[in-house]
Amino acid sequence: METALKLIRSNIRQYGMFIALILIMLLFQFLSDGILLKPLNITNLILQNSYILILAIGMLLVIITGHIDLSVGSVAAFVGAVSAIMMVKHGMSFPVAMVLSLVFGALVGAWQGFWVAYVRIPSFIVTLAGMLLFRGLTMLVLDGKSVAPFPNGFRSISTGFLPDLPGNWDIHLLTILIGIALSVVYIFMEWRTRIIQKQYKLELLPFPFFLIKLAAVVIITNLFTYVLASYKGLPNILIMLFILVALYTFVMRKTVMGRHIYALGGNEKAAKLSGVKTKKMTFWVFVNMGVLAALAGLVFAARLNAATPKAGVNFELDAIAAVFIGGASATGGVGTVIGAIVGGLVMGVMNNGMSLIGLGIDYQQGIKGLVLLLAVAFDLYNKNKSA
Amino acid sequence: MTDILLEMRGITKTFPGVKALENVNLQVKAGEIHALMGENGAGKSTLMKVLSGVYPHGSYEGDILFKGNACEFKDIRNSEELGIVIIHQELALIPQLSVAENIFLGNEQASRGIINWNETVVKTRELLKTVGLSESPNIHAGTLGVGKQQLVEIAKALSKEVKLLILDEPTAALNEEDSENLLNLMLAFKEQGLTSIIISHKLNEIMKVADSITILRDGKTIETLNVREDQITEDRIIKGMVGRDLTHRYPERETNIGDILFEVKNWNVYHPQQSERKVIDEVSFHINRGEIVGIAGLMGAGRTELAMSIFGQSYGKKISGQLFKDGKETKLPDISKAIDEGIAYVTEDRKEYGLILMDDIKRNTTLANLNGISKWFVVDDYKEINEAEGFRKKLNIKTPSIHQKTGNLSGGNQQKVVLSKWIFTGPDLLILDEPTRGIDVGAKYEIYTIINQLAAQGKGILMISSELPELLGMCDRIYVMSEGRFTGEVPRAKANQETLMKFMTKSRR
Repeated sequence: METALKLIRSNIRQYGMFIALILIMLLFQFLSDGILLKPLNITNLILQNSYILILAIGMLLVIITGHIDLSVGSVAAFVGAVSAIMMVKHGMSFPVAMVLSLVFGALVGAWQGFWVAYVRIPSFIVTLAGMLLFRGLTMLVLDGKSVAPFPNGFRSISTGFLPDLPGNWDIHLLTILIGIALSVVYIFMEWRTRIIQKQYKLELLPFPFFLIKLAAVVIITNLFTYVLASYKGLPNILIMLFILVALYTFVMRKTVMGRHIYALGGNEKAAKLSGVKTKKMTFWVFVNMGVLAALAGLVFAARLNAATPKAGVNFELDAIAAVFIGGASATGGVGTVIGAIVGGLVMGVMNNGMSLIGLGIDYQQGIKGLVLLLAVAFDLYNKNKSA
Repeated sequence: MTDILLEMRGITKTFPGVKALENVNLQVKAGEIHALMGENGAGKSTLMKVLSGVYPHGSYEGDILFKGNACEFKDIRNSEELGIVIIHQELALIPQLSVAENIFLGNEQASRGIINWNETVVKTRELLKTVGLSESPNIHAGTLGVGKQQLVEIAKALSKEVKLLILDEPTAALNEEDSENLLNLMLAFKEQGLTSIIISHKLNEIMKVADSITILRDGKTIETLNVREDQITEDRIIKGMVGRDLTHRYPERETNIGDILFEVKNWNVYHPQQSERKVIDEVSFHINRGEIVGIAGLMGAGRTELAMSIFGQSYGKKISGQLFKDGKETKLPDISKAIDEGIAYVTEDRKEYGLILMDDIKRNTTLANLNGISKWFVVDDYKEINEAEGFRKKLNIKTPSIHQKTGNLSGGNQQKVVLSKWIFTGPDLLILDEPTRGIDVGAKYEIYTIINQLAAQGKGILMISSELPELLGMCDRIYVMSEGRFTGEVPRAKANQETLMKFMTKSRR
C-alpha cells in the first residue's frame, strides 16, 4: 500500500490531468443522465474537437520552443477558403487541392517563422499580425461570402467512417478487431521495453502495478472501440489523429530533432553553444505549425461543408489552452504531445458536457477560463513542491 | 584633515558554503580618494554591497560607522539618505528615458505626486555642467556613448547630495580619453571636499588618483597603504594583491608535448553592437598536443570573447584572421562545424550557457553529440543511459542517479556534467573558460585531474582563468591578455604572479 501511495505521488504530475479528464467525464456522465458516453455523443465529441487537437499538436511544439502562435485560427480559415476556391470554383480534384493547401500552410508558416527566427521579432507580435493579415486575406479570397458545397470525397475526411468488413454484423466488427489488435501491439511493446530495461538494470515498475497499468490501458482502449463500434465505427478523422499523435510523440521523444526542440526551449543559449541550430529549428517549428493549421482548416471546412469568412475564430485560444492544461510550461522546454491531447479533451468534454446539461454559453466561457487558470496553478504548485 | 568619514569594522559576510568576507576593516578619511584593490573575487564588490545596504543589516556581522554614527541600512535608500552613493560596474541608466528622467529617477522633483518638469530640466542642466557635459537634458540616455553615460551616472549621484561616492570599476568600459576625463573629474571633486572610494584593477589609474589603498585578498583585509607618505610603487601593490602561498595543491603531471594542434593568426573581432569597438586586436597564438595553455587577464580583457569568437563565431562581428588545425587552414563559421572539427568550449557561466537546468544529467551529457547515440536520427535511449552512466562513474559525479535534474546539483557536479558533455563530443581541443569558478577545493582538485588526463591523451587544453595560482599550477605556458591584445607569453619556468600581473595591467599607453 505504501509503495502504491508513493507511486501515485511521484506520478501525479504525469497522470494528474489524465485522472482529471476521467473525473470530468464521469461528472458529466452523471449530470447528463448518461448521455455523455452514449456512442453517438462520443463520436460527435471526436468530430467536434478533431481540428483543435490537430492545432494543439503544432502549438505544443511552438510553446516548447518558448514561443506562441496566435494566428492559427486565421490561417486555418485562410487555407479552408483557398481550398474551397480550388475545389468548388475551379473543380480541382480533392487530393490535389489538399496537397496544395498543405503547401500553402507551409508557406504561411515559413513567412512567420522567418520573422520570428531570423529577424527576432517576438512571436506574439508576428503572429498577432498574422492573425489579422490572414483573416483579412480569408475575407478577400471568399469575397465576404461562404463558398459551398465541397465534393463528397473531401467531406469524408471529417464525416466519413472506416468501412466495415464484408458481411452483415450487428456491430462494427472491424473497429472491435482494431481495438484488440492495438491492445496486443501495446502489450507486446510494453513487455519488450520491460525486458530491455531489466537488461540495463533500470528501475522497474513493480510487477503488480505493471499488470494493472496494462489491464487499464487494454480495458479503456477496448471499451472505447466497443462504444464506437455500436454506432458507426471508427471515424476517419480519428485514424488521422491517431497517426499524428503517434508520429509526433515519436519525433519528440525519440529523435535528435525532438531533443533539439526541447533543448532550445529549455535554454536557448546553452543549446546554441552545444551546436543546436536554434534559428533553423525555430523556423521549422513554425513551418510545421503552418502545415498543421492548414490541415485543421481543411478538416473544419470539410466538417462544415463550407468555407466561411468567420471560420476558425478563437481556435488559437482553445489550442493554447489545451497545451497549457496538458502541462506545458509557459517559459518553454516542457510539455508532451499526449499531455496536449489530454488538455484538448478536457476542454472538449467540458464544452460538450456543459452544452448537454443546458448551461448557457456565458457560464461555459467563464468555467473554461477558471479551469485553465486552476490547471496551470496546480501544475506550478506541483513543480515548486518537487523542486 | 584626519577625520574618519567612514569606518567598517569586523565585517564578515557568509554565503551558503562560502565566506565572502572575513573580519574586514576599512577606514576612509574625509576628503580623500580611497582605492580598494584585490584580485577578482577578493570581496571588493561584496564589501561595497554591504556598505550600500544591498545586503541589509543583519545579513552580515560587524559594524558600519558613518561620521561616527553606527548605521543599520535596510536597503539602498537608507544609505543614499546619508549620502553614500554607489555607481556600479554595469551602467544602470534606462536607455529609453531621457537624461533628466534618469537622473531624477526615484527622486522625482515633484509636489503632491505631480512632477515639475521645468525644475527637473534646470537642475539637470546644472548637474551636467558640473560633470562637464553640455548635452541637452532631454535626449535619451541610450544615445550617449559609454563614457558620457558614466558621467550621467555621476551627475545622478551628485543630485542626491552625495557625501561618499563609490565607483566600482568606473573605467572598465571606457577608452583612454574618457578614462582620463573621469579621473580628472574625481580629482576636481576631491578639491571640493568630496570623499570617494574607487575600485579598479588599473594600477596606473590608482597611482594617479588615490591617497590611500586598502588591499583585500580572499575576503580579508591585507593592508592599508598610504600612497603619498609611504612612497608606494606599483610593484608594492601587486605584491600585496597576490602575495599568498599556493594553498591548493595541483595534481602532478608528466608533460608530453607533441606537434602543433591548433593555431590562430591575426585574429580580430569587433563588438556585436558597437561596430566601431575592437574587442580582440591582432591576436595570434598556438596550442600543441598534450599541452595545457593558459590565458590570464583581468575581467573585461576579452578572454571569453576571444574563445567564443573562435568557437563557431558565437561572439562578435567582422571577425577576421586565420585558424589552423593540425597544420591545415580551417574555417569555423558555426558551432556545429566547430564541434565536428573537434573543438569544445566549456563556458564560463554554467547555469546560463552550459546546462539546461530543467533537464536531467543524461540529456545534458548527450546534447552536443546526439548523433553519437542515434541511428538514422533516432535516439537510442539505452545507449544514452549507458554513456551517461559511464561518465558519471569516470568523472565521479556525486548524484543518486543520472535522471537527476542538473539544476539540483552542486557547482562542482554541474561542472562535471558540462565536462562530460564536451568530452563526449570527442574533441581534440578543449577551451575551458573559468573551469573551477564557484567550486569548492575538493571538487577543484578532481577537475584538475580530469584536465590533466585529457592532456595526457594528447588533447590540447586552452584554459582561461582569473585565478593566477590555478594557471601557474596547471599550465605549461601562459598567454596574458589586456584590453583585447596579447601583452605577454610566459613559459611555466619563468611564470610567477608578479610577472603575470604586470602584463595584465599593462594598458595601451
